[in-house]
Amino acid sequence: MARKGDVVINIEKCKGCEVCLSACPEQVLALSNEVNAKGYHYAVKVNSNCIGCANCAVVCPDAVITVYREKPARKK
Amino acid sequence: MSESNIINPENLVYDKTSVMTDRVLHYCPGCGHGTAHRMLAEAIDDLGIQGDTIGVAPVGCSVLAYYYFDVDMQQAAHGRAPAVATGIKRTMPEKYVFTYQGDGDLAAIGTAETIHACNRGENILIVFINNGIYGMTGGQMAPTTLEGMKSSTSPRGRDIQSMGNPLKITELVAQLPGTYYVTRHSVQKPANARKAKRALKKALEYQKENKGTCLVEIVANCPSGWKMTPAQSNQWMEENMFPFYPLGDIKVPSE
Repeated sequence: MARKGDVVINIEKCKGCEVCLSACPEQVLALSNEVNAKGYHYAVKVNSNCIGCANCAVVCPDAVITVYREKPARKK
Repeated sequence: MSESNIINPENLVYDKTSVMTDRVLHYCPGCGHGTAHRMLAEAIDDLGIQGDTIGVAPVGCSVLAYYYFDVDMQQAAHGRAPAVATGIKRTMPEKYVFTYQGDGDLAAIGTAETIHACNRGENILIVFINNGIYGMTGGQMAPTTLEGMKSSTSPRGRDIQSMGNPLKITELVAQLPGTYYVTRHSVQKPANARKAKRALKKALEYQKENKGTCLVEIVANCPSGWKMTPAQSNQWMEENMFPFYPLGDIKVPSE
């Protein structure tokens, strides 16, 4: 099973450009209905399928995404 | 493992590099400049040369690049970044010197400086962001604007008869003996962005060996100038820019 990951999005810096949405292989991200202080619909996590591949963070022009991934299980 | 356990410093796989400052970028949503900045910053971070790098910012949208790179920066007059970088590199040959220029800066007003710096084989890295338009001033036609491409000064599309041919300056400087590594990349998809970062890293490594000028072109989008959404602009770029500006190495060192 693929390792699980998670993303943390800095919503105040997000400009809602949607570039991360198409980069995600698991369709984890979507745009929110709410807007941030600048008036942009920001990216949010909509499910827990994240595998921590960091594709979204690599293409984010504003570097708002931080990615975490669990460590591989130790071989016994 | 529950989700709350995953968000933990020891599981961190990707975070903004410390070579970029925390300042919010002024670029439009979806602009390729942000990703291009970060790929260059990550290449500097990976090589551990943050304290030995000097950048030269151009005139154009990326004129404020000195706010975003946490390295020593100098801002040059329009198009003159390679000349300024030449001076910096010659007085401090042990430093890593890069210029970061758009197409209006590098391929229009700065053509002479670009060609002569490349012909002299100055040991600098030129990062060339090509979006085929003058983004900052309102989307006017640039030398790199494609045939038939609409801009605010070519509202019916670029007409070759009256406006001339688009300029492939990257192929042009690859002919010069002074250039060592000339390549073209993009940053709109994760794989492309990672390749661009590898190319930038390689170019900085060649600079250490004093091999000659390295030029890395990054074909980028300009959603505001092209009057498209970021997703549409990336698709338009893949369909129209890439056939004319094909990605890949143009001049590689013969090993």
